Amino acid sequence: MSHAGTIEIKNLNKQYDVKGKPLKVLDNVSLSIKPGEFVSIVGSSGCGKSTLLRLLIGLESGYEGEILLDGKRIQGTSLDRGIVFQEHRLFPWLTVEQNVGLGLLNAPGTQAAKDKSVQEHIALVGLKGFEKAYPYQLSGGMSQRVAIARALVNRPEVLLLDEPFGALDALTRSHLQQELQRIWQAEGITAILVTHDVEEAVFLGDRIVVMQPRPGRIKRIVDVPLARTRDRGSYEFAAIKDDVLSEFSHHTHSESVNTPQALAA
Amino acid sequence: MSDTPKVNKAPFDWRGLVLPVAFIVIWYAVTALHLVNTKLIVPPGGVLTTAWAELANGSFYLGIALSLWRDLAGFTLGALAGVAVGTLIGASRLADKLIGPTFHTARQISLFAWLPLLSALVGTGDLSKIIFIAFSAFYPVVLGTLDGVRSTTKAHAEVAQVYGFTRTQLLFKLILPSASPQILSGLRLGLIYAWLATIGAEYLLVNDGQGIGNIVFKGRMAFNIELIIFGLLAIGLVGNAFNRLAELAERRLLRWRAPAR
Repeated sequence: MSHAGTIEIKNLNKQYDVKGKPLKVLDNVSLSIKPGEFVSIVGSSGCGKSTLLRLLIGLESGYEGEILLDGKRIQGTSLDRGIVFQEHRLFPWLTVEQNVGLGLLNAPGTQAAKDKSVQEHIALVGLKGFEKAYPYQLSGGMSQRVAIARALVNRPEVLLLDEPFGALDALTRSHLQQELQRIWQAEGITAILVTHDVEEAVFLGDRIVVMQPRPGRIKRIVDVPLARTRDRGSYEFAAIKDDVLSEFSHHTHSESVNTPQALAA
Repeated sequence: MSDTPKVNKAPFDWRGLVLPVAFIVIWYAVTALHLVNTKLIVPPGGVLTTAWAELANGSFYLGIALSLWRDLAGFTLGALAGVAVGTLIGASRLADKLIGPTFHTARQISLFAWLPLLSALVGTGDLSKIIFIAFSAFYPVVLGTLDGVRSTTKAHAEVAQVYGFTRTQLLFKLILPSASPQILSGLRLGLIYAWLATIGAEYLLVNDGQGIGNIVFKGRMAFNIELIIFGLLAIGLVGNAFNRLAELAERRLLRWRAPAR
């Protein structure tokens, strides 16, 4: 089990220069994430959620405010923060185990220990037997699993996921959401998932951060106090999903949502 | 996962032999019936006799060995320089601005135009031949490498950044492997040009009368058409063998690519 990191985002502001004019992408975003927590970030296109993730992983810089991991300011990329992108981004000339091994290329430790960790993580994502396969021989879902193994192999404190299942079909997506939950519970790390799929956000998150665009900011944070593994067809699940979805429609429909409180009244 | 299904074990396709066989038959008929001046269009029988004589003569094999040595030495030199320069121009914008224009202009000059300069400066020995061969392999390898290096994707570069790749790792574990299909394509072309240049160099930078190109030269000097034709056949066969070997090597090195349907 790796040590789970604590994330503190304080008054984060980011803007781009588009044709000489500043475009505010993130406006005064503040968020605290507890160690071991699973946070889902939902929002429509342009709300800055991917930018937020890229700032967290260290691929973007030039922001105002603070981003802290375990109390320390983050500087660029680091092996204690892992990421899974929407595309698997595997190196096609490497086998599955070589691709996973990339995560440990610049990590300390003996080669034997690294090889062991690689094999463990391939088994963790359910791809035992495919160690010597090349990416072209894998399906989309399998490739994403390799990407997840690669992100976790060096035992980061935080796992960031940027719409990891967006490019997959609905059946694979649903299956991998369950797999991700299982893996997250097994590894015990902090996870931050960016998605535009509200159901995915409710299924996986302890909390759901709803963002709105122009400029990107946090609109609301919704708690998901449901026990895992969550039943997508349950009443409570649907209520929370509806609650989050209502943030995206142009009119609120709190009267039509049959929450337990409303029914009890 | 074990090996991919072998689709290249199809039976030999005899249709490829139709044209050569038809050509030989017509050639034989035309000379046997004296429809042409048999001093110029020599009968195939004559070529076979000459071929037999040459093959029995030890100096032929020495000649092949010499040609191959020049070819491989020149090719290796040109290929290494080509990959180095191609990577430099492709990866560094500064290098591109500095070296690019000169390179692309020099490329337009026909290689054979360099020969007089080369023979004046370096003579007509092995060294000048090898330099010439290196030159001809150099250009296609640079272009292939340049193309490959420039096609490194931002997506992969970000992965390298996340895992803290050093500059050396970036070059040897991302840029060059990612560019390998285009580099290998450039190398194959360079190999063909190198062989052409080997024959050309032996023919045009004559000094010791050794090598396959020299067979053709001798044939021309003695007006021995049979010898010329034999020389051409030898050149073609060796060139073909090279190409087949290169193809096999490329397939092995690029086995990570999805097979083209």
